[in-house]
Amino acid sequence: MSAFSITSHTPNHDPKPIVYALTVIAFLSVGFLLLLPLVAVFAEAFSKGPAVYFETFRDPVTQNSIFLTLRVAALAVPLNTIFGVAAAWAVTRFTFPGRRFLISLIELPLWVSPVIGGMVYTIIFGLQGWLGGWLEEHNIQVIFAYPGLVLATIFVTFPFVARVLIPLMESLGQAEEEAAVTLGARGWQVFWRITVPRIKMGLLYGIILCNARAMGEFGAVSVVSGHIRNQTCTMPLQIEILHSEYQFAHAFALASVLSLLGIVTLMLKVYLEGQTTQRLPAEVPERRRHRDPATPNP
Amino acid sequence: MSRSRTHVLPGFQLSLGFTLFYFGLLVLIPIVALTLRTFSEGFPTFWNAIFEERSIASYKNSFGLSLLAGGFDGIVGLIIAWVLTRYDFPFRRALDALIDLPFALPTAVAGIALTALYSPQGWIGKFLPFKVAYTPLGIFIALAFIGLPFVVRTIQPVLAQLPVELEEAAACLGANRFLIFTKVLFPAVLPAVLTGITLAFGRAVGEYGSVIFIAGNIAYYTEITPLLIVMKLEQFHYSAAAGLGFFMLIVSFFILFMIQILQTWNARRSGGRV
Repeated sequence: MSAFSITSHTPNHDPKPIVYALTVIAFLSVGFLLLLPLVAVFAEAFSKGPAVYFETFRDPVTQNSIFLTLRVAALAVPLNTIFGVAAAWAVTRFTFPGRRFLISLIELPLWVSPVIGGMVYTIIFGLQGWLGGWLEEHNIQVIFAYPGLVLATIFVTFPFVARVLIPLMESLGQAEEEAAVTLGARGWQVFWRITVPRIKMGLLYGIILCNARAMGEFGAVSVVSGHIRNQTCTMPLQIEILHSEYQFAHAFALASVLSLLGIVTLMLKVYLEGQTTQRLPAEVPERRRHRDPATPNP
Repeated sequence: MSRSRTHVLPGFQLSLGFTLFYFGLLVLIPIVALTLRTFSEGFPTFWNAIFEERSIASYKNSFGLSLLAGGFDGIVGLIIAWVLTRYDFPFRRALDALIDLPFALPTAVAGIALTALYSPQGWIGKFLPFKVAYTPLGIFIALAFIGLPFVVRTIQPVLAQLPVELEEAAACLGANRFLIFTKVLFPAVLPAVLTGITLAFGRAVGEYGSVIFIAGNIAYYTEITPLLIVMKLEQFHYSAAAGLGFFMLIVSFFILFMIQILQTWNARRSGGRV
């Protein structure tokens, strides 16, 4: 079969039966393990017809959860973006003691259970927490309220912009920025006129990735939310409630919106990779570069 | 390299200052608070929390099944990475793009989708003679689902960069395909496979959203440690929750440390220059 031709860059010395067998295993495992859940989301969402599907979004409680999700992301994502740019600038443009340690520390939230991301704030701001009494006296609600949701979301999603930008800015080097400084450009001029135009696609991808994660976050938000209906339930929590009430079609309809957001993010990643021929991190850490960032690219 | 040199580019103090401030305020101080809370009622409380019978039962799921799922992903991921880098076939790009799906689907969505597939009346579940959802096998499937891309994406670049000359030299010297795989290819990708398995394991240990729907959360049977933390928090047992959380945090630090070591090894093995 000509479909299994040998390509020029990847020589294939395997005997044909092995080639077929391994290809079939790859398709089956990806199909069953990864693709089928996605198909299930949309099939279940439309299992009772399009009328039931669209009815989901007319429910005021569900609408409220969508608005709350948007409001949480509207604060968490910009803050994490500023952090990501600042962190990437600091660790790729300068050398300082503890630089590599800081880079790995930034990744910490990816390896900590999201539940812990929510719990740390409960321990500080919760009713039995360090500041719980003081907050209650002053009638400030953090846990079981909007501020807690934002904090938990920030904790879980704050590495995303930074970890897209760090490898990108390292590979771009800093010769152009140095040239601009030599020619008399001031700090922010260098940043807006030289750096931002060069990293804008990576920055955009980082923001969209961070946003998709912020809107889909479940574990951390679930801990600080308290599941107060119509008040502190973001979309993923509303999905959980609908699912537990056996309103499966509605739960999957709401889930299909978040899935679409994820698929768009994924397609953007494929598109941007085609543009830059560089693999962007969906989540897997890029392999560490040991090069000194102070030296410009060869 | 020399630190005495003044920085050419501006903004060192501003960018590093903001980074450390933000990180300290939102991550470091909360984690310190967690640590203090863990030991605020003395060491025995912490000890009891992590060695309670129910906690130990949950470790079997969170650590044991994560390890099994990581191993499974290691084998399947190696095959997928091999097929993607070495063979040319229709829909190769589509297959490649699909690998990232578990990153794209929010955990709660993945959780209810897997439950719909593997529950006794589900798409796949109704054809199986044994129960999958609401058993440890269900947890295993959820953890294998979220871990697979870590393995594939770690092995892929290593396989792609592997010089063809190595295999050709081995073939010229008379090695058969099996020998080339065991003596040439496998040692070269082993660090990447182990890194990928550790990444998948590290993610699986703390996983919550995709597991709790399919697990059924039966005490001593299909409870995972993060769920136990959530339950303690809901009952306002902050110290016990903090104890378990601190324990998991230590494990996460250890895994992160292992990942660093493995990645350095991987980088050195695949050419020394990264």
